[in-house]
Amino acid sequence: MICEECQKNEATLHFTKIINGQKKEMHLCDECARDKGEHLPGSTGYSIHELLSGLLHGDHPFDQQSSHPSSSSRRKPLVCPECGLSYQQFIDKGRFGCVHCYESFSLKLDPIFRRVHGGNVRHHGKVPKRTGGKMQMKRQIQQLRNQMEMHVEKEEFEEAAKIRDQIRELEMKMENKEGGE
Amino acid sequence: MSLDQFINEAISPWMKKNCKEEDDIVLSTRIRLARNLENFPFPIAASDHSASTLLHYVSKVLSEPYDESIGKLELIQMNDLSPNEKRVLVEKHLISPHLAEESNYGAVMLSQDESISIMINEEDHIRLQCLFCGFQLNEGFVLSNGLDDWIEGKVTYAFDEKRGYLTSCPTNVGTGLRASVMMHLPALVLTKQLNSIIPAINQIGLVVRGIYGEGSEALGNIFQISNQMTLGKSEQDIIEDLRGVVIQLIQQERSARQSLLSHSRIQLEDKIFRSYGLLANSRIMESKEAANRLSDVRLGIDLDLIHGISGNILNELMILTQPGFLQQYAKKALTPAERDIERAKLIRDRLHLEKENK
Ligand SMILES: [Zn+2]
Ligand SMILES: [Zn+2]
Repeated sequence: MICEECQKNEATLHFTKIINGQKKEMHLCDECARDKGEHLPGSTGYSIHELLSGLLHGDHPFDQQSSHPSSSSRRKPLVCPECGLSYQQFIDKGRFGCVHCYESFSLKLDPIFRRVHGGNVRHHGKVPKRTGGKMQMKRQIQQLRNQMEMHVEKEEFEEAAKIRDQIRELEMKMENKEGGE
Repeated sequence: MSLDQFINEAISPWMKKNCKEEDDIVLSTRIRLARNLENFPFPIAASDHSASTLLHYVSKVLSEPYDESIGKLELIQMNDLSPNEKRVLVEKHLISPHLAEESNYGAVMLSQDESISIMINEEDHIRLQCLFCGFQLNEGFVLSNGLDDWIEGKVTYAFDEKRGYLTSCPTNVGTGLRASVMMHLPALVLTKQLNSIIPAINQIGLVVRGIYGEGSEALGNIFQISNQMTLGKSEQDIIEDLRGVVIQLIQQERSARQSLLSHSRIQLEDKIFRSYGLLANSRIMESKEAANRLSDVRLGIDLDLIHGISGNILNELMILTQPGFLQQYAKKALTPAERDIERAKLIRDRLHLEKENK
C-alpha cells in the first residue's frame, strides 16, 4: 500500500484515527508520519502534564490582564461557585477543583479538550450502569434515526417504516423507565 | 536476612508468575482507571475533613473481598509509613510519587499478590491499577473493568454524559483509562531506529517514555508505551490501538535483533559479555551503568548467548537496585557513594545465587 500523504513511499504505519466518533483509516510512510507527528501535541514523547500546562497557557486570550482598565474592572473573574477555584487557577494548576468546575468553565473547555484529546470533546466509552440503560437507549435511537434517514433518501420506505416502529418502541420503553425511576 | 529471602519478599508475586511467549520483549502491562465520587471536591481542593471522610468511606466500602481468588485488600495509609517504606512502594510501582509525597490522607489498598493497587486521595479520589507480567492487555482490562463495576455498585461516581468520568486533570477525563505496556527494546535503540519510530507512534495518540532515568533518558532500554487520549475513544479502541502498536514494535525489535546477530555478531557478543563481566565483578556500580549492563545481559539471555540465568533478572534487579530497596536491604540510610557499593554487591550476590541454584 502506498502512503496517502506523499503518494510515493510504501506505507508502513496503518491505524484508525477517531475524531469525534468518526473513524478514519490512515496509511502513512515513516517519513510522513514523522512530519505529521511533529505538529501534534505529545510528539516529544514526554510528560503529558508538562505538555498540558503549556497547552492551557496558550489558550486563554480572554483572561489576560486587559490593557484597558475600564474593561478589566467590569469583567468578573470566572469562578466555580462550588469549590471556589477560579478559571485562572485552573489554568495555572492544570487541575479542576471539583465536579462542578466542568459546568462552571464549560464554555472554555472544548478547545482545551480538543487539543489534549486529538480533536475529541465527547466521551464514547463506558457508562456507569446507573445511567447506562437510558443512555444506551438514547444512542441506539440516534443510530436508528440515521439508518432511517438513509433508507428514506434511497426511497426504501418499507425499510424506513420498520425502523420507525423500532424507534417508537424504544422511546416508549425509555419513557416507562423515566417514570419508574 | 539472606538475599534469597529478601528478593522473595521484595519482588511482587505477580512478577513471578509465568508469562507468555512475547515476554522476552514485553516486561509488564498496566491498566489504570481514574475515578472520582460525586459530592466530594477533588483532592486538590479538599479540606482535611473532606479528605479524611473520603478515605474512611472508600476504604470501608472496599474492605469487603472482591472475589475469592483475590481476597481482601490490605489498607496502607501513607501517614503510617516511613519515607523509605513509601519509597520502596514507589519503586515497586504500587503507588505514585504523588501519593507518597504530596497526598493528604492518602492511602493504598493492595491485593495479596500486589497485582491490584487502589490509591485513595491521589490526584483523583480513586486510582485503580492492575499490574500483569508480560503482554496481557486483555487480562488487565477485564480485571480492572470488573473491579470498576464492583466499586461502582458501592459508590456514586462523578460522571457526565458528554465528558464521561470526570477527573481532576483534563488529560484523564472521559474513560479515565491509561493502558501501558513496559517494553525492553535494546536492539531498536542500538540500531538507532527507535527515534524515528517514536513520532509515528505519537501520531496515533500514544506516548513513549523511559521509565527509569530522567528527561529523555531511558535507562536499561526500558520504555513505557501508553495511550495519551482518554476522551473520544472507547476503552476497547484504546486497548486495541495500543495492542496494534506493541505488536508492531515487537516485530521490529525482533528483526533488529536478528540483523544485529547476522551483521555484527562478534561485536554484539563482546558488548553483552563485557557487561556480564562487569556486573559479576564490579565493586562500585552507579544506577545508570547498572541499568544499561543489565539490559545487555538480558539481551544475551534472550538471544541464547548467556545460559543459566533467569530472564527475570532485568526487571528484578532494576527494582532491587533502586535507592529505597538498597537501603532496606542494608537496613540503614546510605549516601549515594555507599549505594553504588551496595548496588555492586547486591548484583554480584544475585548473579552468584543463580549459579548456586543450578
Ligand atoms: Zn509518505
Ligand atoms: Zn469547582
